[in-house]
Amino acid sequence: MRLIYFSVLALGLFVNNAWAENGSMRVKISQGVIEPLTFAVPMFEAENIEAAAIATEISRIVATDLISSGLFREIPANRFIAQRTTFAEGVRYPDWRAINAQALVTASVRTTNTGRLTVKFRIFDIFSGVQLGSGIQLGGSTQAVRRMAHKVADQVYERITGEGPYFDSKIVFVSESGPKDKRLKRLAIMDFDGKNVQFLTGNENIVMAPRISTDGKQVLYTSWESGFPQIYLLNVRTAGRKRLPTPDSGMAFSPRFSPDRKRIVYSFEQGGNSDIYLMDLATARSARMTSSPSIDTAPSFSPDGRHIVFESDRSGSQQIYTMPVAGDAPKRISFGNGRYATPVWSPRGDLIAFTKQGNGRFSIGVMRTDGSEERLLSASFLDEGPTWSPNGRVIMFARETQGPKGAPSLYSVDITGRNLSPLNLGSPASDPSWGPVQP
Amino acid sequence: MRLIHLAFVPFLALAACTNPEGGFNGGLLGDSSSWDDPAANAEDQSDPTSQAFFEKKIGNRVLFDVDEFILNSSAKAGLDEQARWLIDNPQYVIIIEGHADEQGTREYNLALGFRRAQSAQEYLVARGVSGLRLKTRSYGKERPLEICSAERCYAKNRRSVTLLTGGLS
Repeated sequence: MRLIYFSVLALGLFVNNAWAENGSMRVKISQGVIEPLTFAVPMFEAENIEAAAIATEISRIVATDLISSGLFREIPANRFIAQRTTFAEGVRYPDWRAINAQALVTASVRTTNTGRLTVKFRIFDIFSGVQLGSGIQLGGSTQAVRRMAHKVADQVYERITGEGPYFDSKIVFVSESGPKDKRLKRLAIMDFDGKNVQFLTGNENIVMAPRISTDGKQVLYTSWESGFPQIYLLNVRTAGRKRLPTPDSGMAFSPRFSPDRKRIVYSFEQGGNSDIYLMDLATARSARMTSSPSIDTAPSFSPDGRHIVFESDRSGSQQIYTMPVAGDAPKRISFGNGRYATPVWSPRGDLIAFTKQGNGRFSIGVMRTDGSEERLLSASFLDEGPTWSPNGRVIMFARETQGPKGAPSLYSVDITGRNLSPLNLGSPASDPSWGPVQP
Repeated sequence: MRLIHLAFVPFLALAACTNPEGGFNGGLLGDSSSWDDPAANAEDQSDPTSQAFFEKKIGNRVLFDVDEFILNSSAKAGLDEQARWLIDNPQYVIIIEGHADEQGTREYNLALGFRRAQSAQEYLVARGVSGLRLKTRSYGKERPLEICSAERCYAKNRRSVTLLTGGLS
């Protein structure tokens, strides 16, 4: 029986030792079953009349973000007893206890006619009867209301769960349109919740498997722009792009950044055979990392940049291997039944997510970096291509439906396998790559 | 250490939203728009030196077994015919495209398509077609010919396509 407390406990040590004794506010995970923490978010208070609509919007986005994590459950406003919770006045804990709200978030919002937006907020641990940490003030622009809301939600999430933030992040993906045999694809970027989609390329050429850099500023991807698959580097701000220098004697694909963004690993095909190469971006010089008459592809760096994980069919079927970047032989880590592909190292460093194929089904799963403790988190006709949230807590992937009208869409799932949810984009999407929390 | 310490100290200034310009000039280079298109402009199949004749009468596709790139006997027979015609019609340069069905991950299937194209290329060269005329590329599972999710469609999508790309000049 596993019991994890994502709790105020550790946090309490920093802020107020007394909480460590009696922190009742926690998310319990017991054998993969999470008991969500209940929270109330009364409508944020507007300090000026112009801020009213924004205050309402921010409070709803904060609640939606928290619920989307699967770790929280909202107590709806129609159950509130406290008639009024102004930001300044004290919290009437019994009123919130009576409706079983474990956490309460109160906030006030101010705007200026110069377009400044300020949010002050407090988080309360209702059953302990204390404010959780000190109040926080965030300043931003009225043009970036959603980002402000995600920042507030991140702070609440972080303080209550002890996990790192992830709501204020962006995801690069492939936006798809058209019939299955003439599908048009283009790179796009969106907020973590599917809002604010912006296209980064046109759809004249097939694009595949983008990867956003650890600072969110660049994207590596594969495109048929030259007529043949080659690898490209794109600047997110300007959408300018350039082909990376690889020999014309073969095809390059599957590029991924090192965590420090100074190097990339990629697959290079020559004479039908695909191996893993390492390129120093400053010198544009490539070095071969694997040489085997097999398909070696889908590499991914460990977060410390010292190892890579990749898939190879050198054993006769697709399996996952790790190897030090400095050299040495690849070591096979996957041994279960079926084929293992698209390994992606967790930003925490502890897990590797992968696609598993067997018995005509595809699953997304995770295993430890030595291949132990494999767990499958999903299964369908075609699940593929996991990417990690910046805090290593959530995995997003593409699920494709079958048949002539089959199309992919994006799903997310908690690493416990719980909270599997589709992202409602309104149009087909695949190959997600989750970027960092924005500064 | 993740906690924010002081009450109401502004610690965040939201940067301006990234605002990538949507469009760009995506010039098509070479022949990247063609995959598998039957002789696009209804060329006369009765001309035995035409692309249309090659595609319809000789057959420009050969099929592969599941997750396989080694040529089976019917693929070899198809490539034998292609080789004879290509040797007789040296005015064409050739791109061999490798394709996969949807039962596989995207990048693996791209690599598998390379292997299939390479197998076809090596066979044609062994049958006497000049390697200087031949190039390969893969589309992985990106360009299925048939769109159902059943073996009868998958079987047609696991293919290499011998594409004639105009004349040597």
